[in-house]
Amino acid sequence: MSADPKLKARLGIALIGVALAVLPFAVGATFGNSWVRIVDFALLYVMLALGLNIVVGFAGLLDLGYIAFYAVGAYLYALLSSPHLATAFPALFAVAPGWPVWAVLPLGALVAGLFGVMLGAPTLKLRGDYLAIVTLGFGEIIRIFLNNLNAPANITNGPQGINNIAAAQIGGHALNRPLELFGVMVPGVHLQYYFFLALTLLVVFVCVRLQDSRLGRAWVAIREDEVAARACGINTRNVKLLAFGLGATFGGVAGGLFAGFQGFVSPESFGLLESVMVLCMVVLGGMGHIPGVILGAVLLALLPEALRWGAVPVQQSLFGKVLIDPESLRLLLFGIALVVVMRWRPAGLWPSALRKRELAAHGEAA
Amino acid sequence: MSAPLLEARGISKRFGGVQALRDVSLSIRAGEVYGLIGPNGAGKTSFFNVLTGLYSADQGEVRFDGQSLPLGVPHRIAGLGIARTFQNIRLFGAMSALENVMVGRHIRLHTGVLGAILRTPAARREEADTEARAHALLRYVGIDRLANQQATHLSYGDQRRLEIARALATEPRLLALDEPAAGMNATETAGLRALIEKLRGDGMTVLLIEHDVKLVMGLCDRVAVLDYGEKIAEDVPDVVRRDPRVIAAYLGREAADA
Repeated sequence: MSADPKLKARLGIALIGVALAVLPFAVGATFGNSWVRIVDFALLYVMLALGLNIVVGFAGLLDLGYIAFYAVGAYLYALLSSPHLATAFPALFAVAPGWPVWAVLPLGALVAGLFGVMLGAPTLKLRGDYLAIVTLGFGEIIRIFLNNLNAPANITNGPQGINNIAAAQIGGHALNRPLELFGVMVPGVHLQYYFFLALTLLVVFVCVRLQDSRLGRAWVAIREDEVAARACGINTRNVKLLAFGLGATFGGVAGGLFAGFQGFVSPESFGLLESVMVLCMVVLGGMGHIPGVILGAVLLALLPEALRWGAVPVQQSLFGKVLIDPESLRLLLFGIALVVVMRWRPAGLWPSALRKRELAAHGEAA
Repeated sequence: MSAPLLEARGISKRFGGVQALRDVSLSIRAGEVYGLIGPNGAGKTSFFNVLTGLYSADQGEVRFDGQSLPLGVPHRIAGLGIARTFQNIRLFGAMSALENVMVGRHIRLHTGVLGAILRTPAARREEADTEARAHALLRYVGIDRLANQQATHLSYGDQRRLEIARALATEPRLLALDEPAAGMNATETAGLRALIEKLRGDGMTVLLIEHDVKLVMGLCDRVAVLDYGEKIAEDVPDVVRRDPRVIAAYLGREAADA
């Protein structure tokens, strides 16, 4: 009796595992490798959305500047894996820093986490709209810093951004080059996919474990009623800072991956619209519900690309010409989707159900 | 007579032009049910909020079991052993009844980020123990059958019980109830009274703010009366009931003189 649902769950996980493993090959064969690249980006957005979900979904702290942590991670990776610093400061850097990815990513996560705490500390007493405005300002400050830190000392190379960023290397193989495995040529985007997938699964794992713990409960308690949470003995200051810090950490990792993947970063990738985009993923998918947030991130990451791919031929065949360019159509559909979801599914496309806990089932599992 | 568990000395609190509390001193002995009554706006809830750390006091100190309470720092006061409920019930609405009580265990647990992520044997033991204790507390207040119900879906009386269970989960030595009978019908009030009697029987010290004078007089070992932020009486219910200042505060000066 009791083995049946367990077996089903294992079978389901195995099926998802196989599907995720063959996905890049299936997508690459059907739509071409540019779509594998889009899937790679979708994974980055899943990481970002899950990070923001800790802050907004669990702890209920509205953060409109989340993309700043993505920027911090991306620029840190860029500075430590490109010739830029050696060119700008030949006196300090005789050779270009070429940090290995296993050192840069954790460092990026740590620094982004510190920035998260830095943002969190002065805003602890703010809630709702007020917090949203301050975080929005923080996001813009980071972007403007990146835009202007090319003088007096050229640290970020200003609006031109940093290029020639080395791709992540694993086992001596750069992930942007194809690799021959057992006679099969695996393209670089596929390798990046597996790398991103591994880290995304790690992020999902961490989120699930945290949610189902003393800390996850404390976050939700703060979201539901901060005064009662304090009276229950929760140190709301520390618990909120932890949410900000951990959320930012995921953003920092995603940023590092982004920099290595693109080979180029510039401030314009980290605008307010990107923050809003990630927030939409969380809200549309289902705040505080990990599968919902993943769904929201995948949908919203694929939507613009699907439009770019489909909007032009559809309009051509309907009207004989292109009336609305795909980019404007994207924002239009975005707005409509938000309104529709807020009207008919205010808790998101896949909201969280009340988690049932059974002592008996728990004891059995232990 | 046992030494006081809690001793408030000269608590004053002002909000702008309103002197909410003026030099209030009182002491609660271990194991008693202590009532705090007074007309609307007398400062009962303000005193409560000072005691449980939601407000800091302008003057005065509170000693609890020989230690000075860190007023204004609610989570530390909860850690020292004072738990409370709220006049307008404040549960974590999206959570189940069981999870609400599990949140109450927060301060007695130690699992940190790494322990939660790695789910170490210690963390797993702690989770299982937390869940078992939460169930036991729900049973204690009589709502374990509702453990997996969403807190907001519980009936009013059961929400009160759940709030008490959550407060008990912090392992308090003083349980402070802010108007627990407010809005209850006669049956629910009788049930609440039985629950408080049970708590007293198990050695819990209870501070009770209440409007229902009958409930207070029937239940409490001692009663203090606040009026305009000042304590005007403190004694056993029978004495307080006849105190002319108390009668004046409740019914007006003429009634006291009559």
